[in-house]
Amino acid sequence: MTWPKIMAGALAPLALAAAAAFGGISEVKAFSVYVSNEKDNTISVIDSESLKVVKTLKVGQRPRGILLTQDGSQLLVCASDDDTVQVIDVKTWEFVKELPSGPDPELFILHPSGNPLYIANEDDNLVTVVDIENNKVLAEVPVGVEPEGMGISPDGRVLVNTSETTNMAHFIDTETFEIVGNVLVDSRPRFAEFTADGSQVWVTSEIGGTVSVIDPIAREIIKKIGFEIPGVRPEAIQPVGVRITKDGGRAFVALGPANRVAVVDAKTFEVEKYLLVGQRVWQLAFAPDESLLFTTNGVSNDVSVIDVARLKVVKSIAVGRFPWGLTVSKD
Amino acid sequence: MSIVGVHTDTSRQSEPEPPEPEPRKRLAALLAATIIVSGGLGFAGAGWAAEFARIPIAYLSQVMERPPKLSNLDLPPEDQGLAGGRLSIADNNTTGRFLQQEFVLEEVEVPADGDPKAAFQALLDEGKQFIVLRVPAPALLELADMAAGRDVLLFNVGAPDDRLRDADCRDNVMHMAPSRALLADALAQYLAWKHWPGLFLVVGRRDGDGLFAEAVRRAAKKFGNKIVEERRWAYGPDARRTAQSEVPVFTQDVEYDALVVADEIGEFGEYLAYRTWLPRPVVGTQGLTPTTWHRTHEQWGAAQLQSRFKKTYGRWMTPLDYHVWAAIRSIDEGATRTGSAGFAAIRDYIRGPSFELAGFMGQKLTFRPWNWQLRQPVLLVSPKALVSVSPQPGFLHPLSLLDTLGLDEPESKCRIP
Repeated sequence: MTWPKIMAGALAPLALAAAAAFGGISEVKAFSVYVSNEKDNTISVIDSESLKVVKTLKVGQRPRGILLTQDGSQLLVCASDDDTVQVIDVKTWEFVKELPSGPDPELFILHPSGNPLYIANEDDNLVTVVDIENNKVLAEVPVGVEPEGMGISPDGRVLVNTSETTNMAHFIDTETFEIVGNVLVDSRPRFAEFTADGSQVWVTSEIGGTVSVIDPIAREIIKKIGFEIPGVRPEAIQPVGVRITKDGGRAFVALGPANRVAVVDAKTFEVEKYLLVGQRVWQLAFAPDESLLFTTNGVSNDVSVIDVARLKVVKSIAVGRFPWGLTVSKD
Repeated sequence: MSIVGVHTDTSRQSEPEPPEPEPRKRLAALLAATIIVSGGLGFAGAGWAAEFARIPIAYLSQVMERPPKLSNLDLPPEDQGLAGGRLSIADNNTTGRFLQQEFVLEEVEVPADGDPKAAFQALLDEGKQFIVLRVPAPALLELADMAAGRDVLLFNVGAPDDRLRDADCRDNVMHMAPSRALLADALAQYLAWKHWPGLFLVVGRRDGDGLFAEAVRRAAKKFGNKIVEERRWAYGPDARRTAQSEVPVFTQDVEYDALVVADEIGEFGEYLAYRTWLPRPVVGTQGLTPTTWHRTHEQWGAAQLQSRFKKTYGRWMTPLDYHVWAAIRSIDEGATRTGSAGFAAIRDYIRGPSFELAGFMGQKLTFRPWNWQLRQPVLLVSPKALVSVSPQPGFLHPLSLLDTLGLDEPESKCRIP
């Protein structure tokens, strides 16, 4: 089953406004948002046109990390408690195969070329590199305790993995599979995201309550961003997911049990605004044209939709229990 | 000696030292957390030491005597505490690989009727500076005084006595274990939040029961609950077969909301639930119980520590395992953040304002500078469910909500210089 491509004229006023705000975009394609529900063992599929769940798919146990292949034809899901990565055809919804993921896969990322896949094996202190076409493990890289966050440079040369109990961002050469450097960050680093130009990598620290902006060449922290929200106790501010606009202008940081997404000026590193979303906001994903940002809210069991141009939360969509990760199709 | 390979004070002197393993092999072995590396700085291999800075840690534990009990259903694991320490060392060495730091654990066990002082003195003579202690309060005070004035930092993982965080506090002891007051406050907050203020306190015959009862009374006053009745269960475990007739009579003629039981070793507390005259919940040392770690705890990444522990040791992690894990992780935090293996740098970091420990409790854990108690949330559990986590909503504090639990600065008579 495919999602119909719809012209802008047929879209909800919300999407129209967003498209208009981005100027020059006369046509917006419908897309799908795939959400992994950690406690339900399902994937919720949200249609961008109706902003409703149109399908719920049963998958393996404790689904967390979720990605689409480069061509958008297959969905990859970390079924953490089944110690596997499941591959699902998004047209037929059939399981195509399982990838040799190593134990307890939590988060993963694809090489910009579409292959290989780099998987964080949380229980075994490893990053597993898998050729997704041949189903072969290319390498296992020993990293720190409880590896989780995975970021890759736009040129595909440097992989960054964060280890939650070691509190480091490990820089891994994707040719040699060797760790070439480690940057100590604040407690419990959970996510790593490169800027589109590759000049910075942003690493969130959940317990430390900060975001470290790292120069990946010098492998030094150039700025540590902190957060203060009136009426929210500092311990509740726990940064997890982060996404940065392609133009490098703005970053959005999910703040966990603070139930807010921080909007950060990515040039000055100043926090511009906090957007109230659902409870325990975890991961973030942009619409293909960056007009919308979707958030998974683990405790309120919903997805918040943020209008990126207006910096407003415009909708919340009920999904399964403990929504964890999400990914968005190109069309 | 029940634990294989543990070195007592005497065996340490006489046993031949194991050959120095290859660096990589040793790391692998440490990661597997199965071997015990004995000795300290004294026999560090030259090549290895040149590359890796070594941070020796000692775990001194006195076996607790087990009097005849109600039940042998849940025997304490023989490696309780030790397993937490070994896992922590393995975690630290995974991190240490990137910083050229190596952590080594020396394990010393003293029998229940033994004297931990001699074993402790031997550790001091060896130059051990970080020592994790699982000994009763009187021994802890003696050992702390033996180490006074030296460059030694102690971690209390077993003694819950409030006096150690109060008038009898010592500047060289960091308390990983919660005090009875901390646990009782966590429970009292929940009872207040539930609007179950009327408490019927049942106290066992042992010293610890009296101390727990004292903490319950203090907590009731602090959070506006009321002890409406207090009775002493003096019969120990003798009612094993007659509880159905004894307990209703014992609990008659009182109006209350919850029955709080003070029975730390589990002599009779399990008899009470479902047998009280009035249908009321049982809380305290049995029933709904305050604790730092439990097999039902899976939030905030705890599932990962649980799973790592269970895979390695084939059993669930206990609170004592968790306290030892947290103590050794704290030392690592000091070593990692300062990039140093030196005692002063690590100690000052642990006791300084930047210290924060990610302990799978949903927020950073820090130390109270007035008595060195670890600030920590408390789980309220029934045998197969996590019921709640304190502090409860609405109990406010100007500094940290965690300071609503246990001896807050104005409440503590501890005056660390």
